[in-house]
Amino acid sequence: MSVESPPVVSTADGAPDTTATPWRRNRRLTVVLGLVLLAVLAVVPLFVDPFGTNTVSRMLVFALFAMSLDLLVGLTGLPSLGHAAWFGIGAYTAGLVAIHWSAEGLVTVLAAAVAGAVAAAATGWLAVRSGGVFFLMLTLAIGELVHQLAQSLSSVTGGSNGLFGIPSIRIAGTPLTLAGYVYWFVLAVVLLGALALWLVASSPFGGVLRGIRDNEARMRSLGYSPFRYKYAAFAIAGGFAGLAGGLFAGLVRIVNPSDTGFTTSALLLLAVVLGGAGTLWGPALGAALVVLVRDTFGPTLDGHGPLLLGLVFIAAVYVLPRGFAGLAGLRRRRTPRSPA
Amino acid sequence: MTAPLLSLSGVSRSFGALTAVDDVTLDVPPGARHALIGPNGAGKSTLFKLVTGSMRVSAGTVALAGDDVTRLPEPQRARRGISQTLQHSSLFLGQTVEQNVLLAAQRQYRSRHSLVPRRQAAARARARELLTDVGLAARAGTPVAALSHGERRQLEVAVALACEPRLLLLDEPAAGMSPAESARLVALLQALPESVTVVIVEHDLDVVFALATSVTVLHLGRVLLTGSPDEVRASAAVQEAYLGTGRGALFLDGTGPAHLEVS
Repeated sequence: MSVESPPVVSTADGAPDTTATPWRRNRRLTVVLGLVLLAVLAVVPLFVDPFGTNTVSRMLVFALFAMSLDLLVGLTGLPSLGHAAWFGIGAYTAGLVAIHWSAEGLVTVLAAAVAGAVAAAATGWLAVRSGGVFFLMLTLAIGELVHQLAQSLSSVTGGSNGLFGIPSIRIAGTPLTLAGYVYWFVLAVVLLGALALWLVASSPFGGVLRGIRDNEARMRSLGYSPFRYKYAAFAIAGGFAGLAGGLFAGLVRIVNPSDTGFTTSALLLLAVVLGGAGTLWGPALGAALVVLVRDTFGPTLDGHGPLLLGLVFIAAVYVLPRGFAGLAGLRRRRTPRSPA
Repeated sequence: MTAPLLSLSGVSRSFGALTAVDDVTLDVPPGARHALIGPNGAGKSTLFKLVTGSMRVSAGTVALAGDDVTRLPEPQRARRGISQTLQHSSLFLGQTVEQNVLLAAQRQYRSRHSLVPRRQAAARARARELLTDVGLAARAGTPVAALSHGERRQLEVAVALACEPRLLLLDEPAAGMSPAESARLVALLQALPESVTVVIVEHDLDVVFALATSVTVLHLGRVLLTGSPDEVRASAAVQEAYLGTGRGALFLDGTGPAHLEVS
């Protein structure tokens, strides 16, 4: 494990080096791990059967979804219980656009992202003014509201039957019928979304969000207006959740009201905590695990999937109090946070 | 005389029946090194909060460089150039020393909304410069949670300076510092350019008299006296309020006008 792990000695002369040295060494490992993961992900359809490919696709979608929630929970310190609302709005938007207008993959997915961001911006104005438990309750209420709307507006959403008959994704007019092609499309969009989220998180804007999470009063005295930043983070997170929802609609080609509801939100929050909030990659991993347990192992357990999930969660809380990301932290305790 | 940079007139703040700051009128000219002293509970920290805007005044007006800022919220006042260190360290504990200073510095360089980390080079350079000034350069990559108390005080000063303030409010910056650390702090503050006006609350009178060109003494929320350090040292009323009667000798560290009074 520790082939090259000299103690991180801070050189007194070169101030830049003290921050750069541990970073650079970790970065090399991160890049190698990332490339291996990318290579594996890229060849999944060649070696895995269509059902398995579909499962991995869903894992990817939920990974992006969890990363968008992490922007709120981990970076800004705003735990939301209604994040599935934006996911659902994105999914319904993508589905409706595909049915009524165009099934072009990029169009549906972008429409979903815009819808998610706009819906989040419309309600965030109110939600972000609160914090802590009140924010939790407000987002829960918003989520349930969207869930109820999805159920009651049956002429538009198909009601409790769900929105079905969504045509398969098209790229440049050609429908993607093979699970492998759909997978590659999902992979490409998820990677772009993850890259965008990473850029946001590691930008000065992301720094401000972390500052608000750690000490909002101090940020105010430094001249920042926390409300604006929290509001922007809320809308951005909503947009990326919508993007994930759009991918989901194109992937499974049916959208149910439950996809916008509390269960999905709670499951996602679990994924974020499981993976380690604030790291982006941790929650992505957490979401992948949650989907795997729920969809793959769940059905073979006579409907006791949630029970297994609960056990995994309890075990994780005891063994890994800071999530999967905490494991990496054990190895490089000196760099408290690496946004990759 | 030029217009005062900070002008308080009739500023009061009460908490229920208690009036913590009572009708304080005070002008601080640009470039001043002004000290606020007074016994515990005199209302010094509360007065600072009224100036920064983290607390609303009950009465009176606060003006910065001639503009009335009484109704402005805290972030807007900060953007007009008020910066502060707090009595109890208020930092971003989960983040590194450098990141703390950067949060304050990046607002000055138009890099705040840039998505490209490289654009932050100017803010980073400034942050490092400040860390060197306060003596924390070697600790740039350390999480704040791992710093000693004295180091956190130093970091507070670096963060406050990174805002490039016009008005710097220091609330007991030397509290808990070793003599060497506080000597370094005094040197750093003495080296600040005239464009920065400093108002300092400090119990360590060595620090106060080393820095201040004028002193205001607060007692029970009221201004007891404003004057030069020598005048303040000489004042019997100040000695009584600050130290109680019979302990005036603590003020007398050698020759000075105070001697005249005793003799």
